[in-house]
Amino acid sequence: MAEKVLMKGNEAIAEAAIRAGCMHYFGYPITPQTEIAAYMAKRMPKIGGVFLQAESEIAAINMVYGVAGTGFRVMTSSSSPGISLKGEGISYLAGADLPALIVNVQRGGPGLGGIQPSQSDYFQATRGLGHGDFHLIVMAPASVQEMADMTAKCFDLSDKYRVPAMILADGTLGQMMEPVVLPEPTEYKPDKPWAVTGTNCERKHNIINSLYLKPEELEKTNFERFERYKAIEENEPLWEEFMMDDAEICVAAFGIAARVSKNAIMAAREKGIKVGMIRPITLWPFPKKPFKAAADKCKAFISVELSMGQMIEDVQLATECKVPVTLCNRAGGMIPSPEEVLEAIERAAGGNK
Amino acid sequence: MKRVTLFAGHYGSGKTNIAVNFALYLKSIGKDVIIADMDIVNPYFRTKDSMTELEKAGIELISPQFANSNVDLPALPQEMYKTVQDKSKYSVLDIGGDDRGAYALGRYTPYILEENDYEFVFVANFYRPLTTTAAEALEVMREVEVAAGLKFTAIVNNSNVGNDTEPEDVLTTVPKAEELSRISGLPVIMTTAETKVCEQLKTEIDNVFPLKLQKKYFDIKG
Repeated sequence: MAEKVLMKGNEAIAEAAIRAGCMHYFGYPITPQTEIAAYMAKRMPKIGGVFLQAESEIAAINMVYGVAGTGFRVMTSSSSPGISLKGEGISYLAGADLPALIVNVQRGGPGLGGIQPSQSDYFQATRGLGHGDFHLIVMAPASVQEMADMTAKCFDLSDKYRVPAMILADGTLGQMMEPVVLPEPTEYKPDKPWAVTGTNCERKHNIINSLYLKPEELEKTNFERFERYKAIEENEPLWEEFMMDDAEICVAAFGIAARVSKNAIMAAREKGIKVGMIRPITLWPFPKKPFKAAADKCKAFISVELSMGQMIEDVQLATECKVPVTLCNRAGGMIPSPEEVLEAIERAAGGNK
Repeated sequence: MKRVTLFAGHYGSGKTNIAVNFALYLKSIGKDVIIADMDIVNPYFRTKDSMTELEKAGIELISPQFANSNVDLPALPQEMYKTVQDKSKYSVLDIGGDDRGAYALGRYTPYILEENDYEFVFVANFYRPLTTTAAEALEVMREVEVAAGLKFTAIVNNSNVGNDTEPEDVLTTVPKAEELSRISGLPVIMTTAETKVCEQLKTEIDNVFPLKLQKKYFDIKG
């Protein structure tokens, strides 16, 4: 029988990770994601898992690299500035084709920025979190329940494709409390023939590495990896459509911005404006298909973001610039209010209608 | 009614909501009230979010200078001493979660003990995953007591699952609250719930206290 509990988004990620068989957590505290580390610190010793507060974010991500190489499920979490520090290690994970979960509970930036919620790491997460040609699988939850569900999903996808996965949340989702039904605990038994687990002198050594002496070889690994990316782009995009059936205006929003937008859309509907929303659930792969389809019937798109406008570029690309895409945004830790989103919808509808 | 009422417990157990509602209640029965936010742990969703309502009611709010700002500076203002030194007013203290949050209370504890007119309330929500049993709640209780240097004197059962809470959800936790009372030796002085849920609980449980919960911008309507 599934139990319902009241949890913070951060705690839901931590508990869901444990239930997905992740017994190794390495991190370093930073607001607004510290509850993930605090929860792991309490729970891991009780279940024979590993919680380790590393000396820095850089150390933590390299510990993740080590455990991932042995085939076990492993994760780290941080908030924006800390994720930047992990950038090098994440590139190494991608280069060595290691599955792992990285959680970014975003806060305002750039620089040290602030501790209030933000979505301004969208480019970083979807374009290249580190050097070299690579992608992460990036999922964007919009509720505490999804924080839990997507944690399990990220581990599964990451293992399936040998691509590191990221949950891109924000401070509000990390801190807010909602009822959540936790997934049933699973015991994870690694089945990864490539993992470094000891040979018993019975097979060739497995090597976890991202260094290639010959450029031809390195090129080959890039080509092979991009075949997997292609498969992910074909098979894994996820999105939610809300009131899109007869929509003439389409709001694009993910995470907390989508929740604010939902309330604005319902208010606009009461005023007779035909507006709906496409909420990307995977940010990479970006759900291009629904946007392309909506571009044929909608007269305008509004990208609602807690940033200076980052996802808007993916919306423009996916809609092939057929119709105008405007931005409704706040930045630096501020959140667009339902009223601000409603105004943007009314403007797109042309005056009051 | 004690002059100082302090709410502490596991983080996320509902201390802030209860503190704000309790302060409003004291004011409504004619008491002069100060409410103080002593939480140095939680970055968001603080007593200060209710500032307008508290000010409208004529309740003085003392809160850390950097609450709801962009920095994490766990500093308490000097005027916080008013809550334990100005004995002409009732004080409601909202303590940060767990032992980590309760350390901040330590420096005020000598004043509280000296005056000896306080209720130190442990807020329990048995739907929080790390305190689903009386034994787990007792563990948190003891950790908080050590950090604060102050023994609890009462328990409030604030078991809820957020906006989805049904009266039944609260009723099923009553035996756990009683068990916590038994193993800690402290009375359950009230059961708290959102106003509508509370109406339905009145016939079932003694001493129910209604909570008006703050609407948040991300609560989805309908």
